[in-house]
Amino acid sequence: MGIIRSLTLLFIAMISVLSLPAQAQEDDPGRELLINLAEAPAGKVEEAIQAIVSSGDERARGWLEAYGANRLSRIKDSGEVVIVLNNRGRDWEIADPLTGDSLGEMSRRELARVAINNRIRGQLEGILAMLDLSAADPDLREASAEDMMGKVDAALVEPLEARLEVEENADVRQRIREAVAIYRVDEGSIEAIDVLAGSLHPNARAALSEAVRGGSPEQAAAAKKALASIEQKLKLNRAAETLYFGLSLGSVLVLAAIGLAITFGVMGVINMAHGELIMLGAYTTWGMQQLLPGQPGMALILSIPAGFMVAATAGIIIERSVIQFLKGRPLETLLATFGISLILQQLVRTVISPQNRTVVTPEWMSGSVVINDALSLTLNRLYVLAFALVVFAALMLIMRRTRLGLEVRAVTQNRNMARSMGIRATRVDIMTFALGSGVAGLAGVALSQLTNVGPNLGQNYIIDSFMVVVFGGVGNLWGTLIAGLSLGTINQLLEPWAGAVLAKIIVLVFIILFIQKRPKGLFPQKGRAAEG
Amino acid sequence: MWLTRPLRERSTQTFLGVLFAALIVVTFLHLAMPEDSVFYVSSFTVTLMGKYLCYALLAVAVDLVWGYLGILSLGHGAFFALGGYAMGMYLMRQIGDRGVYGDPVLPDFMVFLNWQELPWFWHGFDMAWFAFIMVLLAPGLLALVFGFLAFRSRVTGVYLSIITQALTFALMLAFFRNEMGFGGNNGLTDFRDILGFNLRTDATRLGLFIASGIALAIGYIVCRGIVASKLGRVSIGCRDAEARTRFLGYRVDRVQLFVFVVSAMLAGVAGALYVPQVGIINPSEFSPLFSIEIVVWVALGGRATLYGAVIGAVLVNYAKTVFTGVMPDAWLFALGGLFVLVTVFLPKGIAGLVFRGRKPKGKGPDGDAGAGKEATA
Repeated sequence: MGIIRSLTLLFIAMISVLSLPAQAQEDDPGRELLINLAEAPAGKVEEAIQAIVSSGDERARGWLEAYGANRLSRIKDSGEVVIVLNNRGRDWEIADPLTGDSLGEMSRRELARVAINNRIRGQLEGILAMLDLSAADPDLREASAEDMMGKVDAALVEPLEARLEVEENADVRQRIREAVAIYRVDEGSIEAIDVLAGSLHPNARAALSEAVRGGSPEQAAAAKKALASIEQKLKLNRAAETLYFGLSLGSVLVLAAIGLAITFGVMGVINMAHGELIMLGAYTTWGMQQLLPGQPGMALILSIPAGFMVAATAGIIIERSVIQFLKGRPLETLLATFGISLILQQLVRTVISPQNRTVVTPEWMSGSVVINDALSLTLNRLYVLAFALVVFAALMLIMRRTRLGLEVRAVTQNRNMARSMGIRATRVDIMTFALGSGVAGLAGVALSQLTNVGPNLGQNYIIDSFMVVVFGGVGNLWGTLIAGLSLGTINQLLEPWAGAVLAKIIVLVFIILFIQKRPKGLFPQKGRAAEG
Repeated sequence: MWLTRPLRERSTQTFLGVLFAALIVVTFLHLAMPEDSVFYVSSFTVTLMGKYLCYALLAVAVDLVWGYLGILSLGHGAFFALGGYAMGMYLMRQIGDRGVYGDPVLPDFMVFLNWQELPWFWHGFDMAWFAFIMVLLAPGLLALVFGFLAFRSRVTGVYLSIITQALTFALMLAFFRNEMGFGGNNGLTDFRDILGFNLRTDATRLGLFIASGIALAIGYIVCRGIVASKLGRVSIGCRDAEARTRFLGYRVDRVQLFVFVVSAMLAGVAGALYVPQVGIINPSEFSPLFSIEIVVWVALGGRATLYGAVIGAVLVNYAKTVFTGVMPDAWLFALGGLFVLVTVFLPKGIAGLVFRGRKPKGKGPDGDAGAGKEATA
């Protein structure tokens, strides 16, 4: 007995030495508050908690959470309050609640749990929520206010309204108002319905439907009206969401097709290996992330030029080794490039792996932009949409404002005439093909953020890409943009009632029929260029 | 008569002679040789060769439109598969109550999906004559509607190739759906017998092999007949100079439509003979890869020769059988390389290589430069 006692003394002495800074905080008000809580008789506990809450101490949340979880204990000898980190086994790991520092392990027999009864524990959740409501960070406040929607009880109404008086952030105020209103509506209030009428939160809707079913006739009528207006708003939001998904899918199609629009539209070359060039871009992103482990964002940004270069180089090799020999034979070009696409696919399967590779999404691209309760836009799709527009604008600039663009257009319109004016047509061919292929690589970099990166990645996009180019009108970049975005949107609009596969089939059939009606696409080329 | 004229041609006589000789030799080796002899042809090999013959017929059908009409169809696999599905539906109905679930009317997959009654388009397929008519009608109708719309709007060249590819892709997606009523992913399989003969006996397999050979012979004669007829001349005119043919007063779109529909029906017959020999039909036959593979058979053998298509189909598929057995990974490399090599170095295929000395009649199939110009216009 004596040994244990002396060991404990030694231990406490060690703690005192180790936690010198804690000792320096001897006059920390938190210490007083905690001891006060620990010593409070049954009737005074709420007062002690209130004291902690109103102290405004940042550590209060941790203390009360520990208290609610039976993790607050007193060291029997010294009377100090500690937080138990791990209460398994004979020796418990404890920490100083004031500094958060670990105090090592202590025999559980040396500790006395700070008692809590179930009534207090029940209140604690609301108290903690209230505590979050007074946090410094407005986002945290809003989150906790949203958390409270549907959980407000009679005891919370008063403190919530008190909070409303001091709250400055408009979003948080709205949340608190809605949270209180849900309680009021449950209690039969009619005025509170007006507050909920504008809310898109599912809990608000649940409270209103409850009122329609169980409320007094007047309340039910008012709730019905409010619900109708909410439904209207939801419909709008859903439409906005569909539009967003449609534009997002469309932007992917545009990215995949725009390189094709250059090689097919401008050069008249059917490149069936275009999808595999996209795949190469995606694998470049994966490779970059392997080279720069732990920095997915940096790797992604570096993959943009790298993906362009890899795909462009592959494009130049394809052009020099095969396509240049098949000039003026588009059907043969189609077959040969299809062969190349098979070889590239199998190459990736053999060299890397037949399995899909995971490309990490950097932190700044994950998550979503929350517009309101019913509508949030995923960030990665937003980035890809923006990226597609930037790539499109850059290509437009190149085709309209640079020497290369001028030469490409000249060779397209009349090859022999352009050559006799001193344009090196062969060089233009190479550059155009490299540009189109490079853009495919960029599409791959973007796609790696949205889908799985695997050997079949390109195959999935090649038919869609051709559809976009043909639909938009060959040789017309604007047509490609509009065709891509509209096909994406049509697809998404059809999906809710037809299902994903059927929507795709309908779109394909639609394009097949459309081509019969307008064989030259939405925006046919006019004038001499059209006669080839 | 246009159908008997080819029989007087030397090339057709040679082709038919070789084909029938092969049929007879294989049959003899299969039936008369003891099983341990080196010359014995197993039942497995017979079926394999029957499969090649179906592919050959399909290649002939593609060569008819590509070689003699200048239309590169990347969707002929769709017609092949439709014929196959028509046959598959007949074979499914023949299973009767011998299926796993023992339902006398509903095929197994419908019972599995909890369907209560037969969908309307499955009616009639219990009768062989109806199913065999559908083998011709289903692909024929699709080709008729699709071709009518396309040729009337003068969609040709690359555009047509791309939308035929989209067509077969859309059909593949559709047939993958369980709701379509064609067995979805798994397709139709587990066949028992055809016209009362058990599909698993050697005799039936040999019969199917011979039937495939005869179908190929008839298909070849039909194609040869068309090509040698006046219509065939106009069709070659469409291939080499579509606009000029039109200005001469020919209804180009009608010629194209007729040849396209005949070709689709031949592909359907090939599919119908293919299915009982392979024992399964599923949506993968619709895949764009398969359709484009057919084109490379024709290209390798030699475009616009018909017999070249047969040579190409048999050669490539034999290589495929060997490769996928020995080095499965290398097959796609080989196939891809074949695409490139044939188009760049062998524009006239093997037939062109062998008969290089002969002077081709007319301008020949390399009038693509002209056709290409029109296509990109």
